[in-house]
Amino acid sequence: MTNDDAPPVIARDLVKRFGDFVAVDRINLEAQRGEVVGFLGPNGAGKSTTIRMLCGLLRPTAGQAIVAGYDVAREPERVRQRIGYMSQKFSLYNDLRVIENIRFFASLYHVPASVLKERESWVLDMAGLNGRESTLTGTLPSGWKQRLALGCAVLHRPSILFLDEPTSGVDPISRRQFWELIHTMAAEGVTVLVTTHYMDEAEYCNRLVLIFQGRIVASGAPTELKQRAMTGALLLVECEPLGLALDLLQQTPDVRDAAVFGNALHVVVPDANAAIPRLRTALSQQGVTVTKVEPIRPSLEDVFVSLTAAQGAAGKA
Amino acid sequence: MPAAIATSDLTKRFPGVLAVDRLRIEVHPGEIFGLVGPDGAGKTTTVRMLAGVLTPDSGSAMVSGFDIVRDPESAKAHISYMPQRFGLYEDLTVEENIRFYADVFGVPRADREQRSRQLLDAAGMDQFTTRLAGKLSGGMKQKLGLVCALIHRPRVILLDEPTNGVDPVSRRDFWRILYSLLDEGIAILMSTAYLDEAERCHRVALLHQGRILFCETPAKLKTHLKGAVLSVVAPYPRRVRAALDGVEGMLNALLVGDGVHLVVDDAARRIPELRAKLQEAGLSFDRLVEVAPTIEDLFVAATSGTDGKST
Amino acid sequence: MRWHRLVAIVRKEVIQISRDLPSLLITVAMPLLLMLAFGYGVRFDIQHIPVYVYDREGSQQSQDFLKHFQASEYFDVVKTVDNYPALIQALDAGDCRLAIVIPADFSERLRTGGTVSVQALIDATDNNTANVSISYSEAVVQTYNREIQLEWLRGHGQAGFQPPLMVDTRTWFNEDLESTANIVPGVVAIIMAVIGSFLTSLTIAREWERGTMEQLVSTPVTPMELMIGKLVPYFVIGLLDTALCAGMAIWWFDVPFRGQWSVFFLSCTLFLIVVLSLGYFVSVIAKSQLAASQVALIATFLPAFLLSGFIYPIDQMPAFIQLITHLIPARYFMTIIRDVFLKGTSIPLLLNDLLALAIFALLLTILATRAFQKKLS
Repeated sequence: MTNDDAPPVIARDLVKRFGDFVAVDRINLEAQRGEVVGFLGPNGAGKSTTIRMLCGLLRPTAGQAIVAGYDVAREPERVRQRIGYMSQKFSLYNDLRVIENIRFFASLYHVPASVLKERESWVLDMAGLNGRESTLTGTLPSGWKQRLALGCAVLHRPSILFLDEPTSGVDPISRRQFWELIHTMAAEGVTVLVTTHYMDEAEYCNRLVLIFQGRIVASGAPTELKQRAMTGALLLVECEPLGLALDLLQQTPDVRDAAVFGNALHVVVPDANAAIPRLRTALSQQGVTVTKVEPIRPSLEDVFVSLTAAQGAAGKA
Repeated sequence: MPAAIATSDLTKRFPGVLAVDRLRIEVHPGEIFGLVGPDGAGKTTTVRMLAGVLTPDSGSAMVSGFDIVRDPESAKAHISYMPQRFGLYEDLTVEENIRFYADVFGVPRADREQRSRQLLDAAGMDQFTTRLAGKLSGGMKQKLGLVCALIHRPRVILLDEPTNGVDPVSRRDFWRILYSLLDEGIAILMSTAYLDEAERCHRVALLHQGRILFCETPAKLKTHLKGAVLSVVAPYPRRVRAALDGVEGMLNALLVGDGVHLVVDDAARRIPELRAKLQEAGLSFDRLVEVAPTIEDLFVAATSGTDGKST
Repeated sequence: MRWHRLVAIVRKEVIQISRDLPSLLITVAMPLLLMLAFGYGVRFDIQHIPVYVYDREGSQQSQDFLKHFQASEYFDVVKTVDNYPALIQALDAGDCRLAIVIPADFSERLRTGGTVSVQALIDATDNNTANVSISYSEAVVQTYNREIQLEWLRGHGQAGFQPPLMVDTRTWFNEDLESTANIVPGVVAIIMAVIGSFLTSLTIAREWERGTMEQLVSTPVTPMELMIGKLVPYFVIGLLDTALCAGMAIWWFDVPFRGQWSVFFLSCTLFLIVVLSLGYFVSVIAKSQLAASQVALIATFLPAFLLSGFIYPIDQMPAFIQLITHLIPARYFMTIIRDVFLKGTSIPLLLNDLLALAIFALLLTILATRAFQKKLS
């Protein structure tokens, strides 16, 4: 059933209903070999539900998903044998030693005895745990645990990997090392799907898919999204007093959104050039001292918030 | 004005681990102070000690004018603590939860009703007063936790990773509520592993293995980074990175989803050099510009400098 | 102690209890079920002992003799067999507990004034039933003996003969000698012990497990306020349960109530304080709800069942064990509750037991408060 040219992950009009509630509303997507795709979206948007369907853990209500060449509704077992899954809080057993965890997962994934030794040393190497096989997993620092968990999830060399908030709370250096590993695997042809809240993490993905209320609202490379998906321009406003300025700006007609950021305000306007002088005047007239107003590049978070706000508004309208 | 929170050599040890190592910080009224660092840096331990629920091994801390180590109970009436697993009673409604905490802190009824209305309004939760707390979404639970923490007009608010796992939209609502409190002269200390949240604080302490690396305003923090950060957006990031490997002036190269982030010693000088190098290698790229450094860049530079490869 | 904080804790507990349907059902259903189970299931009255008979003579006189067994409510003549092996098999198989063999010359011997041996085979694996079988069989035989002798005497002109010695028995407190009257009041005590400590054993552990305790500890709430606030609702539930069980004992099981209600409720209050504090203490020291509930059940149910005098009389226990029972609060409560139901004793006689209960209540309350630390370890 496998066609080497077909994308490893295909979803067509995927739907999941829980009673009256539509959790996933006709999602269409494809992930290519060696691609790292990130799923972003608020809690309850349908990310986890979508991933679970793709993993063969949840039966779709309608639509179709083909993962690793198998239909998730008809042959979920086969799908599960060909994918790797790493969850947020690392499903490692804290009271087992490192090597015991590896062997446990190896047996779960039916890693054949002939290649077991080789895979074991591969995981130990990748996680930097050579010489630490007998350490109790619970005593490992989180960065190492995370890499070990990743290793255990790919012992059977799956061609598709699902990661669920894999680096939350982990220190930045370990996170960067982790993502190096992911990119290396991707370079070898593994397709990686990630769900995350972390905007930092989203930057590591080749492509992002923004899910809101069960539907895909935006899709593209991080930089691309930052450039075109933002409905409007982002301005940095440094002024005093901040509280008054915020109130004023929120009442100004052209201002789409205004939020405090430390010692300054981030303001979304339709057009930067037109807005800058207008805002300066509006604020100074009310007694606000303005030190700086300049356009800044939106972060992924700004994009995210702007898109979901737009969706929310559209929904209410 | 005296500091709302002041610690001196605050230390806490657990078996095999020095969790907090002679911490010294000060937080002033009307300020949001961020305690930033990854898991295991000592954030939760510090916040717990300041809340008076964990006894330090040595050192002292004054919170809201009281010695939290010697006389924690007096301080607790003026402090608000929101732990990571905040204390919502899932089988009580929103209203009942608020009432419980209000009564525990002795808030008179009229006060409670007015303030509760005000806070719930700000949180966008005024429609949900009779809903069971257990049935709220993650973001709303967080906001309710905050409302319960604020109902008694504390002078100091201690938040331990309050936005953990919460989506960005709810996070913004959360921050909006926090900022609105500053006008009342409240001091807020919050811990977070989200480095980008540090940007929203007035001052930030970067914690690493129980010690403070830096303690400054976010703007000043970034000046600590030696060099500049460049962003290269290209269709084949790995090849770009390989091509620029070993180039003079390059301090670090990080693969991201659609390109490479480079740390160089001098942006103005290196940008044209790098462009030339890439063209020479025949690699296409969409952009090569200087970008603002993030706190993460600083953190990585600082921690890899101090002890080479991190945990 | 601040009133508003105490009220806040009580209110919260009450709301939580009222929304926890499974626990509420246990609170109401379990006592009723236990009452029924023990009230009907545990009987020490031994009746209807199955009997097999091998009548080798089969005469009118032997039948007459057997009727005496038949008529007794202690025996149930189940089957008559005509050979010895069948009797043995029946005893082995447990089809009967008593097997009677009447010899072939039964009536003949009696007519000629000789002695007849009727053989009684007894299954003594249960020594209690065996003892009863033996004594009641002998009683049946004695009665039959007397009839024969009286008849003989009448036949010889001594119609008005009376035996020289008789025992005049009066049964006090439990006229019908029903074991129900003995057991059921005791069941009330067992139920209170188990339910009381089980309910409270979960309360603190649950707050730690759910994460709400960490926040509570950071508030000005004192350990005393927390404890009293949490126990008050369970105290009320405990009293209601006790009233329910007492009502059931009196109106369903017809157990008499001869004492004073004030004594009853005073002792119930003290005992409830004991078990609730014990449960609370367990909840404080146990790491999880699961561990807490298990420890609570073992720490209350087993001692209450085995060492309080509920089923096994204390004065029959070895001296050393008797000493130990002095440390079991349920023992004192058991005495009081049985006295109140069956004997109607006045307070002065119960003073020792009440005092013992009061001391236990005080000790456990202090222990429970002290054990709770407003700190994360």
